[in-house]
Amino acid sequence: MSELINLSLTDQILGLADKSFSSKEITGAYLNEIKKKESLNCFISVFEKESEEKALMADENIAKNKARPLEGIPIAHKDIFCIKDKKTTCGSKMLSNFISPYSSEVFSKLDTAGAITLGKTNMDEFAMGSSNETSFYGNVLNPINEKLSPGGSSGGSAAAVRANLCSFATATDTGGSIRQPASFCGVTGIKPTYGRVSRWGMIAFASSLDQAGIIAKNAKDAAIALKYMSGFDQKDSTSLNEEVKDLQKEVDADQEHIIGIPKDLIENIKNDQVRDSFKNAISILEKDGAKIVEINLPHIEYSLPAYYVIAPAECSANLARYDGIRFGHRSESVSSLEDLYVNSRTEGFGREVKNRIFIGTFCLSAGYYDAFYNKALKIRNLIKSDFDEAFKKVSSIAMPTCSNSSFELGSINDPVEMYEQDIYTIPANLAGLPALSIPSGTADEMPIGLQLIGNYLEEGRILNLANKFQKLTNFHEFK
Amino acid sequence: MSLNNWQPVIGLEVHVQLATRTKLFSSSPIAFGADPNTQASEIDLGLPGVLPVLNKEAISHALKFGCAINAEISEKVIFARKNYFYPDLPKGYQISQLDDPIVGKGSVEIKLGDKSKIIGVTRAHLEEDAGKSIHDLYSNNSAIDLNRAGTCLLEIVSEPDLSSAKEAVEYLKKIHSIVTFLGISDGDMSQGSMRCDANVSVKKPNDQKLGTRTELKNINSFKFVEKAIIFEIDRQIKELEKGEEIIQETRLYDSKKNLTRSMRSKEEANDYRYFPEPDLIPIKISKDQINEVRKNLPELPEIMKERFMNSYELSDDNAELVTINKETASFFEEVLSYEVSPKNAVNWITGDLFALLNKNDTNISESKVNPKHIAEIIQNIEDQKISGPSAKKLLEIVWSEGGEIQELIQKEGLEQISNDDEIEKILDEVISENQKQFEQLKSGKDRLQGFFVGKVMKKTSGSASPQVVNKLLKDKLSK
Repeated sequence: MSELINLSLTDQILGLADKSFSSKEITGAYLNEIKKKESLNCFISVFEKESEEKALMADENIAKNKARPLEGIPIAHKDIFCIKDKKTTCGSKMLSNFISPYSSEVFSKLDTAGAITLGKTNMDEFAMGSSNETSFYGNVLNPINEKLSPGGSSGGSAAAVRANLCSFATATDTGGSIRQPASFCGVTGIKPTYGRVSRWGMIAFASSLDQAGIIAKNAKDAAIALKYMSGFDQKDSTSLNEEVKDLQKEVDADQEHIIGIPKDLIENIKNDQVRDSFKNAISILEKDGAKIVEINLPHIEYSLPAYYVIAPAECSANLARYDGIRFGHRSESVSSLEDLYVNSRTEGFGREVKNRIFIGTFCLSAGYYDAFYNKALKIRNLIKSDFDEAFKKVSSIAMPTCSNSSFELGSINDPVEMYEQDIYTIPANLAGLPALSIPSGTADEMPIGLQLIGNYLEEGRILNLANKFQKLTNFHEFK
Repeated sequence: MSLNNWQPVIGLEVHVQLATRTKLFSSSPIAFGADPNTQASEIDLGLPGVLPVLNKEAISHALKFGCAINAEISEKVIFARKNYFYPDLPKGYQISQLDDPIVGKGSVEIKLGDKSKIIGVTRAHLEEDAGKSIHDLYSNNSAIDLNRAGTCLLEIVSEPDLSSAKEAVEYLKKIHSIVTFLGISDGDMSQGSMRCDANVSVKKPNDQKLGTRTELKNINSFKFVEKAIIFEIDRQIKELEKGEEIIQETRLYDSKKNLTRSMRSKEEANDYRYFPEPDLIPIKISKDQINEVRKNLPELPEIMKERFMNSYELSDDNAELVTINKETASFFEEVLSYEVSPKNAVNWITGDLFALLNKNDTNISESKVNPKHIAEIIQNIEDQKISGPSAKKLLEIVWSEGGEIQELIQKEGLEQISNDDEIEKILDEVISENQKQFEQLKSGKDRLQGFFVGKVMKKTSGSASPQVVNKLLKDKLSK
């Protein structure tokens, strides 16, 4: 049965439909593989019995010709999405005892579409980290080389897809948390337009940047999964009340592409292998008929500092609710209200989360608000205008996902050096644009990703371009 | 110490709980007196992953208030997070407004004897309420009830235009009457539907600069507002005349001891680290929307009062009394719909009925007495079917037991005896029983007339018409 887990989502849907295999078989195969590769530490929870039961129900639905679009497809959710009556930890000791009384919209939509939730994937604590090392549950190992980081914060989801532990996985991206681990694990990851997927029930890190997306084997699979996860949700005021396009159709459509290349950024890439592989990828697309245009994104170099003001500022408020009063970790050693707050939060949060709460609290403090927060918002607007200007001329923008391939676990100890992991991914979050990462080559024998950024709500266009690339290359193939 | 040398400067912040069906950012119902924590959803509890959705009804209530005080209305409404830790503040921040409050500058007019004064309103903004901490339920623990968490408040901030405790009370009464006439709040101060903080300072009459102010918290009745401000003005003047300085601080009013005491100084004050709420998008308010609200604005107390004076020929005082609140005004107009004289209606409502309401500490909408009762009582008096004392007795019966006036008159035998023969018979009896007094009356002791009328009334249990008794007695004396 092990070949079932290697199949693409597209082939799994077809195989289930023509009864070449059952959901019971495919679910069982994934559950076996999860057990076999437990040491990768991809999962925080696995729902074995429930998955098996759901698989039987899925097979019944298929037999009765009542199959839903993702009927019987085994998937994994990042442990940032609340699922009713399930432990939802967000990779933190703070929520290690939290059983959610309600479900996220992401879970509900995919559940309604028929997908089976095998379990919940490991992640950096509260999605803050780029190596998966801030998780309270220990880091995930990169399935390609277990000494290396799978990336973060959606490292569990990326590694689970790469290790064939699920058909696809949900993930979230605030500054690169889908694309960087996808790049490190040699898989495809897409962060859609801000507001395309409901944030209801997705534990907040930085509300104006957080967006749920998909990590999958390839662009086509990602398109199908994303289609069933997207849509307006009145429970999320920032959700976009726009029609959901048929991404499944668009990913294979015949489309013309004009690709914008930010020249200065490319020339400044320090890693030769990353630069060469990027140029190679672009020349492949150019040979295939895409038009290549040089563009300018003059303010993009300020993305990182702006992000590291805005994201911590929002996180400092978003994480204030973890006070030990109503749910989550509550310190045992308490003799006053202040103790309860201080000790519960000191014990419940890890170091990186504390760092960011401190940064954010400082940036919003009286006397610093204008110097930091307001200035960061202005930069954010300038970056948005840069992209608006560029998209007048191009249909997508290409750049590397990351300035390096995966690094050794434990090798980066300087927080700022870790923050620089997100240097190419943050601009799309600041502007709210859709962006994806696809495998496009290697550096130091590890995969590196090509990042494609689209205009607002043009997920279909970058997925189409990614699919085109994947038809021409085999960087994305793995067993 | 002399108040004459000092001029108090007072501004009020009034928190009005809006009578919306659901909370400001969740669909939880608002019901006073429900079991603790039964009116709180996952949003009100601030669970991980929840998002606020603005209640449109709150916007429309706030717009009504803005139009009623002729205020500027903001074109867009932006919410902000106000960050502070408190056990009954579930998210660790309150969603409030900082810049662009929904209601900008406006004003109200207050009456001070014959004079009137315009009081400026700086702004009014929407915010969510916190829950309640209960400290006296368990010996070693505090309890938290989140039923109130998230209910809609309109915080109305006045200019420092008030110069005495009396003016502050009049202003507060005016705000109370506006919000209740608009139907946007029940205005019930005893249940916390209206709460008030006062900023108080004193200065020399010729000083341009304002004195250092203190903020008085927790003054939750008209009576306490007056007492707290009087105490605080007095305290500040005493300090200043001793040569001390006033410390800018928050002071708590203790109604039991009638004093204010220091709660926290300016240095200890929270830095609320306001920033725009990223989970909500700015709401645009159109000119059309404002015009629509203005067009449908209910009749406000001043206008209604003027109408009562013109149409019903009420005196200024009487018109003021029946427009004291919306319920009384509607009660009055309903009584008039039975075609009784307005003057009698005012007298009965503001006299006997108000006395009963005050004595029983209740309000007009909660009493068993309805407008029809009052109208029928008045009609029976006007038709001389019952006497004044019988009418009062009727009102008391209806007050405690309810019932139909006509039936009660029969049942209680309150029908006035206007048959002269019958009354003459009783009068004769009284005269024969009191020969001595009758002789004295005859010889010019006029004040004994009341004695005889009283005796007859007593014998007939008040059902004789005093006019008839008087007339018959006069006849007998002149014989």
